[in-house]
Amino acid sequence: MAKRKIIDEKMTRNVARLSRIALSDREVTKYKKQLESILEYIRKIDLVDSKDIPPTNHPLENLKNVFRKDVARKSLTPEEALKNAPDRKGDFFRVPRIIG
Amino acid sequence: MKRYETVIGLEVHTQLLTETKAFCGCRAKFGLPPNSSTCPVCLGLPGALPVLNEKAFRFALKAALALDCEIQKLIKFDRKNYYYPDLPKNFQISQYDLPFAFRGHLEIENKGVRKEIGITRVHLEEDAGKLIHTREAQASYVDLNRAGTPLLEIVSEPDIRSPEEASLYLENLKAILEYIEVSDCNMEEGSLRCDANISVRPEGERSLGVKAELKNMNSFKAVRDALAYESERQIELLKKRKKVVQETRLWNEKKRITISMRVKEESHDYRYFPEPDLIPFVASDEEIEKIRHTIPELPKAKKKRFASEYSLGEYDATGLTRDADIANFFEKTVKILNSPKEIANWLLGDITSALNERHVAIGKTRVTPAHLAGLIKLIQQKEITGSAAKQVLIDVFDSGGDPEEIVRRKGLGQIKDSGELVSIVREVLRENEKSATDYKNGKTNAIMFLVGQVMKKSKGKADPGKANKILKERLENEK
Repeated sequence: MAKRKIIDEKMTRNVARLSRIALSDREVTKYKKQLESILEYIRKIDLVDSKDIPPTNHPLENLKNVFRKDVARKSLTPEEALKNAPDRKGDFFRVPRIIG
Repeated sequence: MKRYETVIGLEVHTQLLTETKAFCGCRAKFGLPPNSSTCPVCLGLPGALPVLNEKAFRFALKAALALDCEIQKLIKFDRKNYYYPDLPKNFQISQYDLPFAFRGHLEIENKGVRKEIGITRVHLEEDAGKLIHTREAQASYVDLNRAGTPLLEIVSEPDIRSPEEASLYLENLKAILEYIEVSDCNMEEGSLRCDANISVRPEGERSLGVKAELKNMNSFKAVRDALAYESERQIELLKKRKKVVQETRLWNEKKRITISMRVKEESHDYRYFPEPDLIPFVASDEEIEKIRHTIPELPKAKKKRFASEYSLGEYDATGLTRDADIANFFEKTVKILNSPKEIANWLLGDITSALNERHVAIGKTRVTPAHLAGLIKLIQQKEITGSAAKQVLIDVFDSGGDPEEIVRRKGLGQIKDSGELVSIVREVLRENEKSATDYKNGKTNAIMFLVGQVMKKSKGKADPGKANKILKERLENEK
């Protein structure tokens, strides 16, 4: 199978933007290489003819329908919930203003 | 002159009436103190694992079945990735390619014409938290109580052709969801939300025009108004040979216009992938049948039955079946007193007005079917007049008292002594000489005013028919 380049510089920058990660030019080059080598490894699956094999939705193939009953359990207190918050206002998390 | 056609598809989100959230045991209740119903799962803390709420699963199946959908053989969840402060995990557990169901439909009736609106799909997802914008300019506050509550998303086909049809679709959908008791559909509390895709095209054109996605419509009226405005806006653009831009627009209730959100399209890349923390689900045929049996008679069938079983017209049958509680109230009342038409009149008239005034559902009032049957019986037996009955009804609403007892206590019984009525008529004629003269001079309409005065003077206790008769006799004699 012909090799296609999936990850180029533009793609790397876009993935970083979607993940809200600021990258320097040097880092873009570095992560582009790493992402490429990961995909290169995964691409070995292309060697197998998987045309008639249904996609695997979950590795635990034989396990289905795991539920819990609709019964309330104790929640955290607001104090506990806010414990790791960098900023708060009363019992609310406080975040930079979002428009819209 | 070119004519244009409007094409609308609706996306409805409805909160399921479960005790707890979709994937954790935190309570899913509106109005709790901020951040008092959260846990490591819905806060997205590392290592926490979601487990699906069985009731949410069954409710989703029930709704899909009530909407005539085909249930999927395999149901799985996916992650929808985006960053927003109300989404603590930075992804929403939703469904991408294998939702609960596809291909349903819902019938609407617009001015006597029936039409089927296709349902594209029904899927389950978790809600986000609530962002609160205050006067503090630099910050927003976040309450994560709502994060993780189960939402059912119901997507329609672009089969809707006008704001009126959109409104009817929503009304019918709401009625069905309420009938099957999976959601309370309270738009004010946000348990029913609606977004719309709308485009226009020259009449006869097959391909779709460029669409806008409308958000922020918080009532049925807002949906209708926003769609009417947007359809007009797009048609105006096309008429001026300008282009419609594909974008998201917000309905501004104050200015009554839609406003572009100016979001770059490229930022919409949700990078969906299967949620590895949830295994797939399968609804067995047996379970589907079991759930199907729990679906009660739906509005469409009930309306048809009401029309034939109780000989009601289109207006009454539609009105009575719009709300399951009203429909049940009606049938219980008919069982006590077999006067369906009168019961329908009261329920759709004075009772509906009283409910609207008080912003309350019939189940939350003190009025019972026995009350209404008793009240109508009193009118039929000429114990009270229709106008006195209205006063009694208001009293029952507020006190929950027995109508007969209220009539006695307030002295609202119909005046049976004709001597008493004659003396009231005499007084009214004396006090309204001008109207009396008008009548004698041929303005026969003046009699209506005089009857009204008799009713007023008797505090609604006079029989208007009798009053009319006595007034006429007197006036004719005096000619």
